[in-house]
Amino acid sequence: MADAFSRRTALTVGGGLLLGGCDKVASTRPAQRAFLGAESLTYRVNRLITPRDALAPEFTGADVSPIFRSNGTSRPGSPDYAQLLGNNFADWRLHVGGLVHRPLAISLNQLKALPQRTQITRHDCVEGWSAIGRWTGPVLAPILQFAGLSDAARYIVFHCYDDFGGTSYYESIDLVDAFHPQTILAWALNGQALPVQNGAPLRLRVERQLGYKQAKYLRGIEAVASLDQVGGGKGGYWEDVADYAWFAGI
Amino acid sequence: MATPESRPPVYRHRLPTRLWHWLNALTIFILLMSGLMIFNAHPHLYWGRYGANFDASWLGIGPTPQGGGELRIYQTHIPTTGVLGHWKDQQGHVQTRAFPYWATIPAHYSLAGARRWHFLFAWVLILGGTAYFVTSLVNRHFARDIAPTREELKPRHLWADIKDHARLRLPTGDAAGRYNPLQKLAYISVIFVLIPLMILTGLTMSPSFNATFPQLLTLFGGRQSARSIHFICAVALLAFIVIHLLMVLLAGPINEIRSMITGWFRIPPEKQRHG
Repeated sequence: MADAFSRRTALTVGGGLLLGGCDKVASTRPAQRAFLGAESLTYRVNRLITPRDALAPEFTGADVSPIFRSNGTSRPGSPDYAQLLGNNFADWRLHVGGLVHRPLAISLNQLKALPQRTQITRHDCVEGWSAIGRWTGPVLAPILQFAGLSDAARYIVFHCYDDFGGTSYYESIDLVDAFHPQTILAWALNGQALPVQNGAPLRLRVERQLGYKQAKYLRGIEAVASLDQVGGGKGGYWEDVADYAWFAGI
Repeated sequence: MATPESRPPVYRHRLPTRLWHWLNALTIFILLMSGLMIFNAHPHLYWGRYGANFDASWLGIGPTPQGGGELRIYQTHIPTTGVLGHWKDQQGHVQTRAFPYWATIPAHYSLAGARRWHFLFAWVLILGGTAYFVTSLVNRHFARDIAPTREELKPRHLWADIKDHARLRLPTGDAAGRYNPLQKLAYISVIFVLIPLMILTGLTMSPSFNATFPQLLTLFGGRQSARSIHFICAVALLAFIVIHLLMVLLAGPINEIRSMITGWFRIPPEKQRHG
């Protein structure tokens, strides 16, 4: 009865063993070390071969996606956020704190009065899709310089209003990206005030990394010396809950 | 009667070739399967600089409203129920992801897990491939074994080789000791075209590498085109692997696999060809 053990069964059983094997290997300590080692190698090599201020490609108006879809949360559910939105963000403030000499609370109008940058860039979701949009907002670097980072500061953490089952979204970047000329806090998309689904009133644009780094619904910025005390210690919401890489340049 | 089996085995594959072959077999296997899982996160392909759900895709895999699965290439809909877009997992539950559990790493849906495997082995591919490339230039493996001779590239010669392959008439005697012309062309396309294209289109999908080397975006016509080419090359590599394994089976799997492990190859005895 050779037919009973069909090619398909053989494939399924063989494949199943092999895959089960791969999945088992993935959870072992050496595999975890290898994965983290590869991520760290990618980050270091990237920083080594990419000039600090090398720009992400910018596009023309003709390249803009007809519809810029949202990712992650499309409307934060908290009463706090509903209240701010109801008042068109007049009471919203961006809090800048942590390892800074001068903590700040900046209103939307104050942010719009700072030197602005408009850039047409590509947003790449970790899932694989891309959308091109025109972003406008103040450059992050002068804000950080005005607040005055202490010498111990190594990372900038972004705290958000979107809520994932009781946890507010958070992300972090290193100082190379924080002081990059294209790193802006965008309040406009395609010439309009940022829509709620895209992160109103303010979102981060860190153009050399993937979508989950582009924190939406910003409430605060915090300078820290290490990521150990941030969330679960890996520097971002998805990094902590699902093992996404902290350096999302690839 | 002189027994043809008495011919001494020939040393056919040097150590660097054998090491890279097996390392690469594992690497390509893991990259292909983790790549299919990454594809599952967004099972549509586009041409151009951008591409997302509201834009026109040229390829898509997924469930149909009728309760099956299908692969769509432009306007051609190919039913794939049971395999792509509609399949049963190990617990017997219907799933509507593009590629089924037996084709992906990890077997259960995990984009983050697949990316970890993919980028770890991308490094293995690049570092192992570079070592193999340099070694093969130095020990003249490319020049001696892989580069076709002028004679082999003549249409008449190639045509004869195509006919031999079509009739599954594999080389014997001295000819079996070296690669035949079609085999050389297949290896050249994998080593010098497909694998480099996979690496370059992979890098073109990296937003940080776009800042390092934006010319790649121009070369491939945008990030979503690079993603499409990456996928097409993966399918081409899979086709190569299938044919490669088939040829190993036809040419005598024990002798072939032994030669790729030990380096020593037993020359198949000359056969009488009946006109």
